[in-house]
Amino acid sequence: MARVIVDVMLKPEIHDPQGEAVLGACHRLGFGQVSGVRQGKRFEIEIDGPAGEASLAAIAGLAGELLANPVIEDFSVHAAELPGRRHSPGSLRACG
Amino acid sequence: MTGTSEGEESAPEASEMGCTDTVEVAAGTPDQPQPYAELGLTAGEYRKVREVLGRRPTAAELALYSVMWSEHCSYKSSRVHLRKLAPAPAQSGALLAGIGSNAGVVDIGQGYAVTFKIESHNHPSFVEPHQGAATGVGGIVRDILAMGARPVAVMDALRFGPADAPDTGRVLPGVVSGISFYGNCLGLPNIGGELAFDPCYAGNPLVNALCVGVMRHGDLKAAVARGAGNKVILFGSRTGPDGIGGASVLASATFEEASAAKRPSVQVGDPFMEKLLVECCLELYAAGLVEGIQDLGAAGVACATTELAAGGSGGMRVSLDAVPLRDPSLGPAEILMSESQERMMAVAAPASVPAFLEICGKWDVEATVIGEVTGDGRLTMTWHGETVVDIPPGTAADGPVCRRPIARPADAGALAARDPAALPRPAGGAALRADLLAMLGSADLADKTWVTEQYDRYVGGNTVLAMPEDGGVLRIDEQTGLGIALATDGNGRFCRLDPYQGTQLALSEAYRNVAVTGARPVAVTNCLNLGSPEDPAVMWQLAEAVRGLADGCAALSIPVTGGNVSLYNQTGTTAIHPTPVIGVLGVLADVRRRVPSGFAADGADIMLLGRTRPEFGGSAWAHLLHGHLGGRPPEPDLDAERRLAGLIAAAAAAGLLCAAHDLSDGGLAVALAESCLSGGRGCRAELPGEAFTYLFAESAARAVAAPRPGLAGEFRSLCDEHGVPAERIGVTGGDSLDIGGCFSIPLAELSAAHTRTLPALFG
Repeated sequence: MARVIVDVMLKPEIHDPQGEAVLGACHRLGFGQVSGVRQGKRFEIEIDGPAGEASLAAIAGLAGELLANPVIEDFSVHAAELPGRRHSPGSLRACG
Repeated sequence: MTGTSEGEESAPEASEMGCTDTVEVAAGTPDQPQPYAELGLTAGEYRKVREVLGRRPTAAELALYSVMWSEHCSYKSSRVHLRKLAPAPAQSGALLAGIGSNAGVVDIGQGYAVTFKIESHNHPSFVEPHQGAATGVGGIVRDILAMGARPVAVMDALRFGPADAPDTGRVLPGVVSGISFYGNCLGLPNIGGELAFDPCYAGNPLVNALCVGVMRHGDLKAAVARGAGNKVILFGSRTGPDGIGGASVLASATFEEASAAKRPSVQVGDPFMEKLLVECCLELYAAGLVEGIQDLGAAGVACATTELAAGGSGGMRVSLDAVPLRDPSLGPAEILMSESQERMMAVAAPASVPAFLEICGKWDVEATVIGEVTGDGRLTMTWHGETVVDIPPGTAADGPVCRRPIARPADAGALAARDPAALPRPAGGAALRADLLAMLGSADLADKTWVTEQYDRYVGGNTVLAMPEDGGVLRIDEQTGLGIALATDGNGRFCRLDPYQGTQLALSEAYRNVAVTGARPVAVTNCLNLGSPEDPAVMWQLAEAVRGLADGCAALSIPVTGGNVSLYNQTGTTAIHPTPVIGVLGVLADVRRRVPSGFAADGADIMLLGRTRPEFGGSAWAHLLHGHLGGRPPEPDLDAERRLAGLIAAAAAAGLLCAAHDLSDGGLAVALAESCLSGGRGCRAELPGEAFTYLFAESAARAVAAPRPGLAGEFRSLCDEHGVPAERIGVTGGDSLDIGGCFSIPLAELSAAHTRTLPALFG
């Protein structure tokens, strides 16, 4: 079993109102050093067998068809380096 | 940014050479080749630009002329025909602003004025359905806002390929979600519209968005830059590389021609910014800080500056460096062509600027002075201190006029000869019953709740009637009950058979839909969706449609207040059916007297109003049961429409009616079924003549009306008074649709057939 990560981002030239709303909230919360935010989404996909070239190509096909809207979004596909470690809000706080 | 659009390929010589293509450079390099063809200008048009300027245009000027002279912005193919729509004085009594404004404005009494307009967003909605449809709503809302009005409702007329085609499964849900996303976030009720399917729209859906706004008479605003020294302010979202080249490339060329590299970036709308912009503009208007205003739509800053300058008396000087950018790498040509959403441009007196900026700040709307009005009659723009645009603005705003060749389609005769009289007709009650159930279950005539429940119909608390009623009705004044009614209609099949009569039938139906709510129809907007103007047959359809609309409006004594033309709606060489979508606005003196379409009471007589003839050309029955299109469309009868509308308005005002429903697609059978289902009760009817014709013919100027029990006599006298043929055909009540001597269908069976189709298709 392996895990494959698909990151989906709006293409750089596409307007991202959600990212802008987050940027506005950053400034209101006092994070003045934040000068830009763009928001995307990440998929963690479990597959049977190793994350070889063929699997990654198949996942890329899936991403183009289902996970991303290729008209306005780019995506990248890669195998997860390590068994996924989750950052919960709790663990972030613990890290300081 | 990634280099994918025409705008970038065109503007570029400058940045590559490290210097700007200024007016001075252009004057000194007359022979430099320019990519006018790639930008959509013909050799003749490019020559014309050079003549106007007396030199070659700069890269920025070339970008500006190419978008302003595109079909989308200049109406160059349709303008010679559209002149016919100018209303005669007899039609325009209530008109405060007409064709040529951002939207027409109509006096509805009590000091109120209403502005409304319908516009296409067909091609963007095919490329990216959700965002394309969403920005279509945003664009038409800003048109209404630019007239000085508060937008109060939207409607959408949608047409797709076959309901079961795979691409319809991609496009339709995206379009509906885009409309609901933008409209619902903005807090505007969606009070009606249309949904139709035909193979001719596969690969070219029609997404026509209508918005209506309300203001007091004195609030009317104009798109003019007057008064030398006044400041030009750009406000709203920042300018980014959205839809660069969209106006000229996306809206004017066919998809096949648009290679991947030519595809402009999709625009993404932000309804929350639009909401801020709406409230900000209304506060600026109320504070008296705005001398002139223009929304930014297709062709963005290029269009807004040239139209404001051309609408005014003087000129305008703009510093493009001052335009706030989302992407700092944009050059002057790209800034001019960008179609970033949620932007407006205003002209304000210098003394008003601080207050203007303060109000914008309050609403979190970025506002920047980018220039000022001058007295020299030129539109000049600077970039890094050098002049990159110096033109007479009228030459860009008015655009060329094409008199394109016109020819009746070669297949017109053959089409007319395909008489639907030859089709096998249902024999006997069981066959008639089966045909009705099949029609009610077709995607075209099925219950549209799957779509309309995604829209907020009641936000604002002033919606009186919405889908599935014939027309949407809104309350305007809470004290007096003054209200408006709106409906849109189009019928591509009728227009394919005869664009002159088909357009009059669309006008008749929208007029009738408004009338059966009890409202008095007062004004018309239109969106003419057609194929390529380079095809003489399409130009003939355009000319005939416009002539039909002009004659029809004259006969009904109501003005066309504005509209939109969308050309190049075709796949390969196959054009869509000519599809003029006609919107009609009506006034209700008191919305408490509106008439619903459902049978709302038991024991009410059902009256069939108008004359029924065996007219089946282009009918829903021929199309849905036999895939047949041919013969003649029904004969429009505008005088009869007028009398029918007068009758219903008088009867509604006198409180005589508990229901009225217009007869259109599917004829009397479908109308009775719909009135039973929306009223939640059945009816028993006896047909006054040959069953098939009475059930399914689509003769115009007809409606069913149900006078309140006990008032049938008074209603009958009123019918005589208005010269409307009326026959009592039945009575409401029971739990089935019962057609005497033919068939009976329990409401449960009727409802199942009607409601399961769209959820089954689209989930």
